[in-house]
Amino acid sequence: MTRAVFLIPTPLRPFADGRSRIEVHVAKDPPALADALEALWDAAPGVRDRVLTEQGEVRPHVNVFIGTESCRWTGGLATPIADGAEIAIFPAISGGL
Amino acid sequence: MKTVRLLVGTTKGVFFLQAPAARTAWQVEGPHLAGRAIYSLAHDGREGRRRVWAGAASMHWGAVLVPTDDWGRTWDEPQEANVKFPADSGLALKQIWQIAPGLEDEPDTLYCGVDPAALFRTSDGGKTWEVVRGLLDHPHRERWQPGGGGLCLHTIVRDPGKADRMWVAISSGGVYRTTDGGRTWTARNAGIRAEFMPEKYPDFGQCVHKIVQHPSRPGRLFAQNHWGLYRSDDAGDSWQDIARGVPSDFGFAMTIHPHEPDTVYIIPIQSDMVRVAPEEKLRVYRTRNGGRSWEALTRGLPQRHAYDIVLRDGLTTDSLEPAGIYFGTRNGRLYASKDSGASWRVAIDGLPSITCVRAVVVDEGKPARRAKARPAARR
Repeated sequence: MTRAVFLIPTPLRPFADGRSRIEVHVAKDPPALADALEALWDAAPGVRDRVLTEQGEVRPHVNVFIGTESCRWTGGLATPIADGAEIAIFPAISGGL
Repeated sequence: MKTVRLLVGTTKGVFFLQAPAARTAWQVEGPHLAGRAIYSLAHDGREGRRRVWAGAASMHWGAVLVPTDDWGRTWDEPQEANVKFPADSGLALKQIWQIAPGLEDEPDTLYCGVDPAALFRTSDGGKTWEVVRGLLDHPHRERWQPGGGGLCLHTIVRDPGKADRMWVAISSGGVYRTTDGGRTWTARNAGIRAEFMPEKYPDFGQCVHKIVQHPSRPGRLFAQNHWGLYRSDDAGDSWQDIARGVPSDFGFAMTIHPHEPDTVYIIPIQSDMVRVAPEEKLRVYRTRNGGRSWEALTRGLPQRHAYDIVLRDGLTTDSLEPAGIYFGTRNGRLYASKDSGASWRVAIDGLPSITCVRAVVVDEGKPARRAKARPAARR
């Protein structure tokens, strides 16, 4: 089992029972970000459609960081996850319309 | 006691305004769904409901349909996004542009129109939504082109006497009609000019901004086009130019009088390149003869240095007599007329940019049918 901790941004906490951190355990070995996210959806189903489009892609104005690196630069949803990884979901700095 | 409620969608959330039937003073409250862009609102009063649906889009977290049964005190935020494209389409929802409750005898049916251009339908009161395949798979789709607001299906018009007949408008794709309940769709744009195309009268590809219909004459339609005002007397088979006597035939907003099927309102815009009030005068134009002539309605509206414009769903009417006419501007000003447009007052100023306005007359003494309670997530 690989352990990972998700950091949930404030706007999504209503879909995560108010939690700011959710620990998940991923059975698949070796695990990828997509596997960790599946475990997150099990724990907080309402978060899924806010982070991913219905086509399974990370929304264009959402960033998912594994440690300090955005998954956009590390292989996207296929990015490998190490045991103890901290995965942070952030709204991008877009807005103002 | 009857009151008028205005549902106002803005780029930063929903506001509700309320006034007694005399419509002299308005109380405002909001924003609800704060921070999200609300391009569509609808009131569903069928079977005693008092439900308001909002199409709420977050730049970050996507778009969902959110209902309230208590004028915004609580919203039933869906856990799972309720309007989703099927996987085989390869499409992802960007915005919900229109929400249209079904006919009176189909109380659990609603439609919504979205970007990328598609029509969704629910037949269980909004619990589940399915894309209308006949339009999703239309062979014209690959040649539709997005406008400034995206590739949006922004208008849904039902025929109250023929449940299987319906029109939709797509920017830019044009007007499409079904007569078999959505299984097949035919472009209905003959006579509508596409100023921005080399072929000026193509079968489809027009940028129709809004179409309206009076329920007492369902086969007659009026259209405000991206350049052009039109009327069809044959359910969209052909369209006649009715832009005589207006300062510009470019505009977005159009609505029809609740009791007079020949009376239509528009708010012209100077041009597509200069989107301000023509001649810096904010004017509503009204025809009372089906488009043979138009008159400017200006009393109470700024006639100097006016730059306000009104988007496609920013103009509406209530159902009282005389009719109340309302419009909200991109500059966040909401104007109200309680005399069918003869005079106007600012109901509220300083709102965020207004995207849509709807008016509902409510009998406050009559209890609403309560919806079954469901767990609501607030955000």
